[in-house]
Amino acid sequence: MKEQLTQALGWVDARFPLSKMVKEHATEYYAPKNFNFWYFFGGLALLALVIQIVTGIFLTMHYKPDAELAFASVEYIMRDVEWGWLVRYMHSTGASAMFVVLYLHMFRALLYGSYKKPRELIWIFGMLLYLIMMGEAFFGYLLPWGQMSFWGAQVIISLFGTIPFIGPDLALFVRGDFVVADATLNRFFAFHVIAAPLAILALVGAHLIALHEVGSNNPDGVEIKKNKDANGKPVDGIPFHPYYTLKDAVGAVVFLMFLSAVLFFAPEMGGLFLEYPNFEPANPLKTPEHIAPVWYFTPFYTVLRAIPSIGGSAFPGVVAMGAATMIFFALPWLDRNPVKSIRYRGIEFKIALTIFVIVFIILGYLGTQAVTPLYEIIGRVCTVLYFAFFLLMPWYTSREKNKPVPERVTFK
Amino acid sequence: MKKIIAIIIIAFLPGLVMAAGGGIHLDKANIDIRDQVSLQNGARTYFQYCSGCHSIQFMRYNRMGEDLGLSDAEIKSTMMFTTDKIGELIKVSMQKKDSERWFGTAPPDLSVISRSRGVDWLYSYLRGFYLDPSRPFGVNNTVFKDVGMPHALWELQGLMQPVYESYTDAAGNEKKKITGMEQATPGALSAEEYDDTVRNLVNFLSYVGEPVQVQREQLGVYVLIFLSILLVFVYLLKKEYWRDVH
Repeated sequence: MKEQLTQALGWVDARFPLSKMVKEHATEYYAPKNFNFWYFFGGLALLALVIQIVTGIFLTMHYKPDAELAFASVEYIMRDVEWGWLVRYMHSTGASAMFVVLYLHMFRALLYGSYKKPRELIWIFGMLLYLIMMGEAFFGYLLPWGQMSFWGAQVIISLFGTIPFIGPDLALFVRGDFVVADATLNRFFAFHVIAAPLAILALVGAHLIALHEVGSNNPDGVEIKKNKDANGKPVDGIPFHPYYTLKDAVGAVVFLMFLSAVLFFAPEMGGLFLEYPNFEPANPLKTPEHIAPVWYFTPFYTVLRAIPSIGGSAFPGVVAMGAATMIFFALPWLDRNPVKSIRYRGIEFKIALTIFVIVFIILGYLGTQAVTPLYEIIGRVCTVLYFAFFLLMPWYTSREKNKPVPERVTFK
Repeated sequence: MKKIIAIIIIAFLPGLVMAAGGGIHLDKANIDIRDQVSLQNGARTYFQYCSGCHSIQFMRYNRMGEDLGLSDAEIKSTMMFTTDKIGELIKVSMQKKDSERWFGTAPPDLSVISRSRGVDWLYSYLRGFYLDPSRPFGVNNTVFKDVGMPHALWELQGLMQPVYESYTDAAGNEKKKITGMEQATPGALSAEEYDDTVRNLVNFLSYVGEPVQVQREQLGVYVLIFLSILLVFVYLLKKEYWRDVH
């Protein structure tokens, strides 16, 4: 039996580099042995993606992308489709879980300088993934055709309308109608189930190929490839499989426990994951009192609202919101400190990162709330601090007093 | 300096959360979704008093019967007014254009009203009707001002007279606000009995909003138990493999 399997594998290997790929990406991909808690989230993002794709396929079998039928078809899934409620909650909770994981994954990169040379492209692919993921979430949020689906899309698409000269025509082009309507729902469905997932899968491939080309960073920011043994293997590296596949499996089970706790006991998550007004069917004639995006967009929404209109146009706010997301792309070049890990960096970056995290959370909180004069001031202060983190980075990172970086990774 | 600003902002946050509250005071519904007798009573109240105008168009009669322990015979004789098929959805026969003419707006479907409004809102709303001669049906509501709906449960609760209190607002204008209610005409039920009836009705609407909620939590317990056991084995396996990593 074993002989026949080996023969079969040989037959495949002569035609397709199966064994070679398994070696390169798993059994002989050497990852640093000192990964800590923060290194779970890359694998978990992949797991979350798989959950979204599989549940998404089953939802597509019963969902109707039609303004007359969409809301009812979601309730049909929740009530009449066998286990439909479970699949739907996995998908809706999974979307939020994906963003929790992505934010922690990105924070890890900030902590340990994973965006720095030679990993700039990994960072850029990752940022592209994040942007498309935001689009994916936005398209998906229109599909239940509730009040927040409708008005959220109306607000976001109208942002395109603020662009000088081409704005109104562009917004019309995106919407496919003069208001968000059946045409918008249809195209968002197409983007959500085909266009964005294809781009996401391709970019995940690029992200991983680039990662496996240069090798993984680690909490010490030491390049393990600089220290190789006689066989050419990094002395501080261990094969990804079985070591990290098993370690990630532990992380995956814990992640699934958190996911299940929300999914089975608080699928609405107090209105954060499923907003209450979205249980009211979309009504173009009735504007909700308070339009708030889902939590993962709220920091950028606050930036949008914090910038005052100029000459009656909200365009400056739109530019600021765009800049707030795009500025992450420049990170590898804004950070002038050659030391990667925060463990060996000066106090300046530690303070800046702490403030940035606090500011990001406050911006996120404010985005879920209605604007009050006080909130507006806080939103503006936080917006300034948000951009200061990036724009002042060349200045404060070039004057950091670093601690000596060890030759080898530290591992207890 | 940045740190100081951050500390100031954080120190202010709890106060901000407080400031953001306010609005209408809602009473707690205190429903129990596992109380089947309450759900059955709520269903009966719904079909007696609400189902003429309000549909539950995503809910099927037989599914409701199975979940609430109501017999097909009872459902057919006392609840099914718009169809004779037990597998049908709970609809109304009132035409939308008629209801818009009569009430100013079509009565909303109640399938997911408990999820969009919340059970406390519904509980307070159904107990919030008071006499107001300026309104077409003679009643207004403390939770939903100038609502188009008449007080459908008036024969149970009786009619309530609001108790006003005068106060001066920030701009110096004399204003009135409702601080309580007193019975104007007696209803068929006492105040406590009426609260219970409304609570059962809201409980039923909560069930209707998500019929699967009891099953969902039961399954969740099993899933978490399974994952906990799986975690032990996966962790031990990982530990075994990692023994040679130094």
